[in-house]
Amino acid sequence: MKSSVIIFPGSNCDRDMDVALKKFGFENKMVWHNDAEIPKSDLIVLPGGFSYGDYLRCGSIAGKSRIINSVVNFANSGGLVLGICNGFQILTETGLLPGILQQNKYLNFICKNVFVKIKNKENKYFKNIKKEVLELHIAHNEGNYFCSNDELKSIEDNGQIAVTYCDDKGNDDEPNNPNGAIKNIAGIFNKDKNILGMMPHPERMIDPFLSGEDGSLFFENLIGSL
Amino acid sequence: MSEVNEQIAIDHGLKKDEYKKICDLLKRTPNITELGVFSAMWNEHCSYKSSRRHLKKLHTKGDQVIQGPGENAGVVDIEDDDAIVFKIESHNHPSFIEPYQGAATGVGGIMRDVFTMGARPIANLNSIHFGSIDHEKTKNLLRGVVKGIGGYGNCIGVPTIAGQTCFDESYNGNILVNAMTLGLVNKNKIFYSKAAGVDKPVIYVGSKTGRDGIHGASMASAIFDDKIEEKKPTVQVGDPFTEKLLLEACLELMAGKSIISIQDMGAAGLTSSSIEMASKGDLGIEIDLTKVPCREENMTPYEIMLSESQERMLIVLEAGKENEAKKIFDKWNLDFAVIGKTTNSKNIELFFENKKVAEIPIDFLAENAPMYDRKWTKAKLPKENKFSKNNFKSLKLSECINKILTDPNIADKEWIWNQYDHTVMGDTIQKPGGNAGVVRVHGTNKAVAAAVDSSATYCHAHPLTGGKQVVCESWRNMISVGAKPIAITNCLNFGNPEKEKNMGEFVECVEGITEASKYLNYPVVSGNVSFYNETKDKGIKPTPSIGGIGLLSDYKKMVTMELKNDGNYLLVIGKTEGHLDQSIFAKNILSTHGGPPPEINLFNEKQNGLSILNLKNKNLIETCHDVSLGGILTAVSKMSIKGNKGVKLFPIEGLVNKFEYFFGEDQGRYIIEIKPENLENVEKMLKKDSIHFDKLGIVESNQITYGSDLKISINDIKEGYKNWLKEYMVN
Repeated sequence: MKSSVIIFPGSNCDRDMDVALKKFGFENKMVWHNDAEIPKSDLIVLPGGFSYGDYLRCGSIAGKSRIINSVVNFANSGGLVLGICNGFQILTETGLLPGILQQNKYLNFICKNVFVKIKNKENKYFKNIKKEVLELHIAHNEGNYFCSNDELKSIEDNGQIAVTYCDDKGNDDEPNNPNGAIKNIAGIFNKDKNILGMMPHPERMIDPFLSGEDGSLFFENLIGSL
Repeated sequence: MSEVNEQIAIDHGLKKDEYKKICDLLKRTPNITELGVFSAMWNEHCSYKSSRRHLKKLHTKGDQVIQGPGENAGVVDIEDDDAIVFKIESHNHPSFIEPYQGAATGVGGIMRDVFTMGARPIANLNSIHFGSIDHEKTKNLLRGVVKGIGGYGNCIGVPTIAGQTCFDESYNGNILVNAMTLGLVNKNKIFYSKAAGVDKPVIYVGSKTGRDGIHGASMASAIFDDKIEEKKPTVQVGDPFTEKLLLEACLELMAGKSIISIQDMGAAGLTSSSIEMASKGDLGIEIDLTKVPCREENMTPYEIMLSESQERMLIVLEAGKENEAKKIFDKWNLDFAVIGKTTNSKNIELFFENKKVAEIPIDFLAENAPMYDRKWTKAKLPKENKFSKNNFKSLKLSECINKILTDPNIADKEWIWNQYDHTVMGDTIQKPGGNAGVVRVHGTNKAVAAAVDSSATYCHAHPLTGGKQVVCESWRNMISVGAKPIAITNCLNFGNPEKEKNMGEFVECVEGITEASKYLNYPVVSGNVSFYNETKDKGIKPTPSIGGIGLLSDYKKMVTMELKNDGNYLLVIGKTEGHLDQSIFAKNILSTHGGPPPEINLFNEKQNGLSILNLKNKNLIETCHDVSLGGILTAVSKMSIKGNKGVKLFPIEGLVNKFEYFFGEDQGRYIIEIKPENLENVEKMLKKDSIHFDKLGIVESNQITYGSDLKISINDIKEGYKNWLKEYMVN
C-alpha cells in the first residue's frame, strides 16, 4: 500500500507519521507543499504541527497551498485522506470536513493521554478494530470542535462522528471532555467516510515504551482494510 | 552622529575606567557605533568579566567529552558515532519584564545554540524559579513563562521532557528561567563557530533585523529598580515558526560541505556573532550593514549591530557556494544575504552607505575585554540546630506528610508539563514527573536521560556544600532511571558580583560543583552565568542549575519510579542519619531555619550510585527513586501515588527517631523495589560492595502504614499532591 505525507512549512509530526506508516507496512513518500502533484497513493496524510506557524488561523494558510488542489481532487474521487491534529484543522479550512476547531476551553495547550470512543465502524479507518474505546494522545491548543446546530444534526444523521472523548469505560460525557468540543467530538468523517480528521495522535502510540499501543490498532486496521 | 563622552558610555552600562580603557586602546574617542559594540562585548553577560577566572577551574575534561565550554554548546560522545550537543542558558531578566516573550525566546535561543552545531534538537528541559506563592506577581509570571516555554517548544516540535519549578521569596523581584536543549549529531559532522580563511563570504540568514532587543545583553547585566517596566522594549520577540524553518534550512545546508563556520545571533546579535567567529579564527571581518535585511526603515548602523532580533544566523561559507546555499533558504522562505567577508586585518570593519562607520581591532573586544578579580568572602558552615523530644511531641506522621506533599516545592507539577508537548518526535519513553526525562536515540536501542536540578536552600546555607549537592542530585537522577551519568551543563544564577557576599557564593558554589563533578567523572561541558539577579538591593539565593545527561545503552532496561507489585521489597540505599537542618520538614513543620545543609560524602555517593547501576544491569531492580527534598516518606509517597500502590513500612532500626528517619534529607540515598526472589541476591551484592542499606518495607495494597503510627490511603494523599498547583492557578 502506498501513502503520502504532505509537509507544510511548520509541520512537525511528519516524521512521526512516516515512522508509523512504515512500521505497519505502508510504502510512504514525503511530499513538499509546493509540489503540484502527489505520487500515486492509497492514502494521503496531513500531519500534525503548526503549518505556517498557525498564523491567521490554524490550518488556514496551508488550506490555500499549492498541493491542496491535488488533495481535494484525490478526496473527491474517493481517495482516503487522513488529517491528524493540524491536519484536521487544515481539512476543516479546505471545507473537506464541516465545522471548525477553536481554542481549547481552558485556553491552555493540552498534552496528555485521552480515551476515545469509536462511534462508527462502517468505514476503512475503524472497521476491524475490536476495541470500542482506544487510548490515544492529544497535544493541541485548538482542538475545541464546533459547528452549527444544522451541521451537527447533519453529521449525526450521516454517522459522521468518528470518535468522541470519553473515559476508559466509554462514557463520553462532559467530565471527560478535555477541550470543550461540542458533543465531545474528537474526530469526524465526511459524508462518504473516506476523509477522517481527528485531534488525537495515533502515531504517538505505536510502541509499549511510548504512551501506549492503541495507535498500533489504528494503523494495523488501516493497512488491512485497504 | 552624536559625540561620545563619558556619560554616554556610563549610560551604556560601562564603568568610567572601562571607558577610559576603550579610549586608550583606540587612542581616540570611539564613535557611537563603536561604543555600542564595546558595551555589548564588555558587559557581564557577554564577557564573563567577573566569572571568567573562576570558571577556568571547572572540571571540563573526560574521555566522553568531544567539546567542552567555549563553543555554542558542549558535545559528548554517546558511542557508535552519535554525539549529544547540549547546553543550558538563562533568560531571567527578560522573563521578569515580559514573561511570555522572555521565556519563549529563552527556549528559542538555546535551541539555536544546539542546531548551530549541526545537531537536531531532540529534547528541551527547563528550570524555573518564582517568588513566594503569596506574592502578587507570581501567578501571572508563572502562567506567562509556562505559556512562553510551551508556545515556542510546542511549535518547533521538540518535546519538553523534564523540568523543575521552585518557589521562594528570594525570587520575588527576579524570577529565573533557565532553558536547556539536547541535540543529536553525528560526531564526525559537528559544526563550529571558528572562521577560517580570508575572503570567504559572510552570510546572514533567517529573520530580518528589527529594533527589538537592543541592549538586551546590557539589560541582563544590570540590577533592577522601580523603572523596570521601561525596559520592556529591550525584550526580544520570538517567532517559533521562523525558527522551525531556520532549523530545517540549516540542517539541509549542513548536509552538504559548504559551511566553514556558523554562529547564531544571540545576545548582542550581529556584534557578538561576527566578532566571535573572527576572533576564534584569528581573522578580521568586514561587514556592509547596508546589506543586512531590515524589518524597519532607517535603521542606523548602531541599531543594526545591537539588535537582538531572534531567529538569525551568521555563516561563513566556502567561496562560490553562495548560490547553492541561497537555493535552500529560498525554499524555506528565509532571508539570505551576503553581507561581508573575512579579512586578514584582524579588525572588525563596518560599512554603511559606502562609508566606513567603525573599525576596531578584534583583540580589543575579545581578549582585551575587562576581567575582574572581584573580592569575595568565604561562607562559614552554620551551627547545627539542636532538636529535642519536645520538638516532635505533638506531631503526627500523617499530618506531616500531607503538609509536605502540598508544599509548593514538592506538589505535583502536571499542570505545567501538560502544557508542554512532551511526546512529539515519538521517542519520549519517560515523561516529565519522573526522576529524569528519557528519549530514545531515534532508530537505535540507546536512550538519553536528562534532568535539571537546583538546590538554592542548601547553596544559600553553605555554598560549597550546596554546589556539590546539586551535582550529586543530578547524578542520582541519572542513576535512578538506569542511565550512566555522562556530563553536565550549568546555569549559574547569582546576585550582584560587586558584593563580596554574592561573589563569595558564586566562587564557592563553583568550587563545590568542580569538586563533585571531578570526583564523579561528570564534567561540565557548557553553561552560562547570570549575575545581577537583584532588585532594589535584594538579591536571589545562589542558584546554580545543573542540567545532567546520561546514557542508556539499552532503553528497554530503563527504570521508572512508580511502585510495581504487591509483595516486592523496598530498600533504602545509603545511610540515614536524620539530617533535618535546611529540610522541608524543618521549614514547614518545625518552623526552624538555619543550620548547615546535609553533608556530601562523594565516596559514598559514587559507590551507592554505581552499585545501583550494577543491580540494574543484572535486572534486579524493579523501581528506583532518589531520596531528595522531604526525605524518605516523601519519596515513598510519590512512588506510591505514581504506582497506585501502598507500602507497609518496617520498624526502623538505629538511633534516629521516626521523624528524623522519614523526613531527614541525608544525601546519596535511593529507594529501590526488589522482587522477593531477588532479595537475597541483592543483599549479598550490596554487602559485598560495603553499601549501607535498610529494609524499608513491602509493597502492599493501597495505603502507607507504619505500625500504629501511620495509616494513610494513597487516594487521600494523591488528591492534595496532584491538585495543589492546579487549584492555586485557578483561584
